[in-house]
Amino acid sequence: MSEGTGIGASVKRREDVRFLTGSGTYTDDLNQPGQTYGVFLRSPHARARIGAIDASEALALDGVLAVYTGQDSAADGLGDLPCGWLVKSKDGSDMVSAPRPPLAVTQVNYVGEPYGLVVGETLAAAQQGAELVMTDFTELNPVVDPASAADSETIHEGLDSNVVYDWGLGDEEATDAALAGAAHVTQLDLSNNRLIPNAIEPRAAIGVYEAASGDYTLYATTQNPHLERLVLAAFVQVAPEHKLRVVAPDVGGGFGSKIFIYPEETIVLWAAGKLGRPIKWTAHRYESFLADAHGRDHITHAQLGLDRDGRFVALKVSTTANIGAYLSTFGSSVPTFLYGTLLAGQYKTPNIYVETLGVYTNTCPVDAYRGAGRPEATFVVERMVETAARELGRDPAELRRLNMIQPEDFPYETPVALVYDTGDYEASLDKALELADYGGFEARRRESAAAGKRRGVGFACYIEACGIAPSQLAISLGAGVGLYESGEIRINPTGSVSVFTGAHSHGQGHETTFAQVVSDKLGIPFDDIEIVHGDSGRMEFGLGTYGSRSLAVGGSALIVAADKIIAKGKKIAAHMMETTDDNVDFEDGTFSSGNQQATIQEVAFASYVPADYPEDLEPGLSEKAFYDPKNFTYPAGTHIAEVEVDEETGEVDLVSFVAVDDFGEIINPMIVDGQVHGGLAQGAGQALMEHGRYDDYGQLQTGSYMDYCMPRADDLPDFVVDTTVTACTHNPLGVKGCGEAGAIGSPAAIINAISDALDGHNIAMPATSEQVWRALGGK
Amino acid sequence: MNMTITVNGASHQLDVPDNELLVDLLRERLRLTGTHVGCDTSQCGACTVHLDGRAVKSCSLFAAQADGGSVTTIEGIGTPGDLHPMQRAFRECHGLQCGFCTPGMIMRAIDLVARSDGLDGGAVRDGLEGNLCRCTGYHNIVHAVLKGQELMGGNDE
Repeated sequence: MSEGTGIGASVKRREDVRFLTGSGTYTDDLNQPGQTYGVFLRSPHARARIGAIDASEALALDGVLAVYTGQDSAADGLGDLPCGWLVKSKDGSDMVSAPRPPLAVTQVNYVGEPYGLVVGETLAAAQQGAELVMTDFTELNPVVDPASAADSETIHEGLDSNVVYDWGLGDEEATDAALAGAAHVTQLDLSNNRLIPNAIEPRAAIGVYEAASGDYTLYATTQNPHLERLVLAAFVQVAPEHKLRVVAPDVGGGFGSKIFIYPEETIVLWAAGKLGRPIKWTAHRYESFLADAHGRDHITHAQLGLDRDGRFVALKVSTTANIGAYLSTFGSSVPTFLYGTLLAGQYKTPNIYVETLGVYTNTCPVDAYRGAGRPEATFVVERMVETAARELGRDPAELRRLNMIQPEDFPYETPVALVYDTGDYEASLDKALELADYGGFEARRRESAAAGKRRGVGFACYIEACGIAPSQLAISLGAGVGLYESGEIRINPTGSVSVFTGAHSHGQGHETTFAQVVSDKLGIPFDDIEIVHGDSGRMEFGLGTYGSRSLAVGGSALIVAADKIIAKGKKIAAHMMETTDDNVDFEDGTFSSGNQQATIQEVAFASYVPADYPEDLEPGLSEKAFYDPKNFTYPAGTHIAEVEVDEETGEVDLVSFVAVDDFGEIINPMIVDGQVHGGLAQGAGQALMEHGRYDDYGQLQTGSYMDYCMPRADDLPDFVVDTTVTACTHNPLGVKGCGEAGAIGSPAAIINAISDALDGHNIAMPATSEQVWRALGGK
Repeated sequence: MNMTITVNGASHQLDVPDNELLVDLLRERLRLTGTHVGCDTSQCGACTVHLDGRAVKSCSLFAAQADGGSVTTIEGIGTPGDLHPMQRAFRECHGLQCGFCTPGMIMRAIDLVARSDGLDGGAVRDGLEGNLCRCTGYHNIVHAVLKGQELMGGNDE
C-alpha cells in the first residue's frame, strides 16, 4: 500500500481535473435531442386565491408549445409533495400537514410558489409566453411574522390554525423545579436568522420521456437521486420506480438545499411525459432565492439555571420555528429532532426541557441548511453559557470546562434522547485556547482599545449528531425512510475496481476519499479504483448526502462490502491453494496460506475465469452491502472567534477564527480542512451579514445578490483549523463526519465575541454594522 | 448581426441576435460549458472569461460587444494533461470543492496576477471580491492564487 494514497493522506482530488478545465458536467451543461425549455409561472403574491388562468395569448405565440397549470397536474392525478418525517405534538397528535401540490391549484401561499409551467421551443419563447399568461388572483391577507402566526388568520383552508405542531422533549416538571432551586438563572431572548442557502449552481432539471419504452429519466441537481426517485414514484406517482432513472451529474454545491423533492423537478418530469419531448429548466438566481428551501428562522426564549459552584442544573428552551408555507421534505424534523436533542451540548446539564411550536407562514418553506437544527441548538446553548459566565464573572472557558462531560462519562445519555459514544471535549478546548493565544487576549484587547477599537473574544463548544441515521431510532421518532446507506464493490476481471455508493458528492470529494478507503482496505492501487455515484441507473439504492453522513454511513457500507469481498476471496484463494478458507489470511492485497500467495487481482481473475473452481462458489468477485449505523456520530469541538468593533461605524472585523474539531479518524486531512473552512464562512455569513427578509406583505426583500449579503473573500480572515481525535466507537472507520461543524460552531462563537466587545449586549444575527452601531448607542 | 469572434484561438463568423449575451454565445452556441452562470445580477463572477486579455463577466456583455475581439475561456488556458499554472495551483491547494465557481475564479485570478507586481493575501482577497464561492470559505482559494502567482512566475498566460 502506497502511503501516499491511503487513509490519512492528503491525496489531491481526482475530480479536480475536470472542474479545473471546464470539463465538469452540470445539469445545465446537458442537452437532450428534441429538448424544449420550461419557465415556471410563479406567484407574485404571498397569499392569493387563483382565479382564471388565460394562456391563450401565450399559446398563440410562435414557439410556445404548452402551458400546464395546477389544474392539469391535479387532473392527471399527480400526488402532493410529502414531508418525510412525522412529528407528533406533546398531546400525541400528528403534525398538521397542509397538502402541497407540486403546482398550486386553488391558492398560492408564498411569493415564488409555482402554479404553472410554460414550455417553449426556445428559452426565449417560453419566457415570452410566461409573460403573456394572464392570471386572476384574489389577494388574501398574508401571515408573515412567525411570532404571531399561531394567533393569526389561518393560511390553509380546512386547517384549524397555523400551528403545525407543538412539540416537546425532556422532563418539564423536573426542569422547572431545578430552575426554581437554581442559585442563578440566565435568561435570553434569541433569534436565529432566516438564511437562503445559495449553492452557486442554481437548481436545474431535464425531464425525458420515451414513449416506446415508457422510460422516464430525470437529470437534476439533487443530493439524493434515489430518494428523489422513490418519492416521485411512491408518493407523487409521476412514474413507476422501475421506469424512472434519476441522474445527478456534477452538482455545484448543495448545503441541504438540493436534498428536497421540489415542485420544479417533479413538474418538469411529468410535463415531459405529457409533451412527449424533453423539457429543461434552469433556475435563475432570483428563483433560487424565492423557491429553494430556506434555513433556520427560530425565535427562542431560554433559561439556564446554575448552582453556587457554576454547575448547570437546568436548561429550558422554548422556540417558535417558522416552517414556511408548507412542510418541505424534512422540514418538520429540523427544528425538533435535529435541534432539541442537541441542547445538552458538551455539558452534564441534568435537566433539560425543550418545546418547539412549528408555524406556517406565507413564506418559502424552511428546511435543512448546513447543520440543520444543530447550529440553532449550539447558538442557544453557547449564547446562554457565555452570558451566564459574564453574569457570574466567570471565565467563559473555565465555566464550560467545569460542566463538560468527561471522557470517563461515556457512553453518556443526555436528558434529551441521545447517547454520546465518545469524546474528549477538554482536549479540543485546550488546543483551541492555545492556538487562539487566549492568554494573550487581554493584551490584544488593550492594543485595540488604544487604537479606538473594541475587541472581543467568543467561544462555542459545540456538539452535533451526524452520520444520520440509525434507521430504527429515526423511524421510531417519525422518519418515513430508513437512513442506512448502500455500497457495492466490483472487482473487475483485470483487477481494477468499480465502487458504487449511494452517497452523493457535490463538492465533498468522495471520488477521492472513498477510493482511499477502498484502496487501504483491499490493498488495491488507488488509481485502479473508480467511484461511481449519483445515478439510480448505475447503483441499486442510496439515501444520498446530508447530515455529514457520507463517510460514516456510506463509507462504512463500503467497508462491509469489502469484508465480503475478502471473505469470498479467501474461499477462492483456499481452492487455489488447496486448503480451507480459515487457513487463508488477507493483508495488503494478498491472500496467503503458509508459503503460498495470491494477489487479490489474481484471485479476481480466477473468479471470472473459473477453469478450476469449486462447485459451491459463484463466479465473480462483486459484493454489496447496506450499512445501518448503530448510533449517530458525535463530532464536537471548540471554536474561538476574535473580533474588533469600530465604535464610530459599528463595523465588525472578524480578526481571527480558530476551530479545533474532533471528527474521529480522518481519511483526507486536506479535504477535512476545506470542509471546515467552507462551513466557517457560512457561519460567519449567518453571524455577520446574511438575512432572508420578508416585508409585511410577504415580499422577499433579499431576492438577489444585490440585497442578500453573501460572504466574499475580503469579508473573511484566514482560518486556523486543527483537529483532535477520539475514534467513533460504532462504525468500522471510526469516523464521525466533518461537513457541517464549521457552520454549527461559528455563529455562536462570533456573536459571543461581538457581545463581549459590546459589554455583554445581546446582539442579534446578523450583526451588521448598523445593528452594532445602534447597540453602541448610535441613532 | 454578423460578427467575428476569436474564441480560444479559433475564429468564428456568427450571426447572432442583438440581445444575445456573450455567455450564451459561449455556452449555447459554441458549447463551451466550462463558463458558468450563477446569478442574474452580475454579482457572482462564475461567468468570468478574458476578452482581449482582460477578465470580464460574460453575463454582462452582449455578444456583439465582443465583435472583432478575442475571448479566452477556461477551456482555452490548459488541458487535463497540461494545466495552466493557476489551474495546478488550485488543485495543489484544494482551492475548489464543487467546482462551479472555479472557472470564473481561475480566469479572474490569472488576470489579477498578470496585472499586479506581486500580490499578498489581502490583495488577493480584495481582487476576488467580485467572485462568489459558497464551498471553500475562500481560504484555500486565496492560498491557491498566491501559489499560482508563484508558479506563473511573471510569465504571461
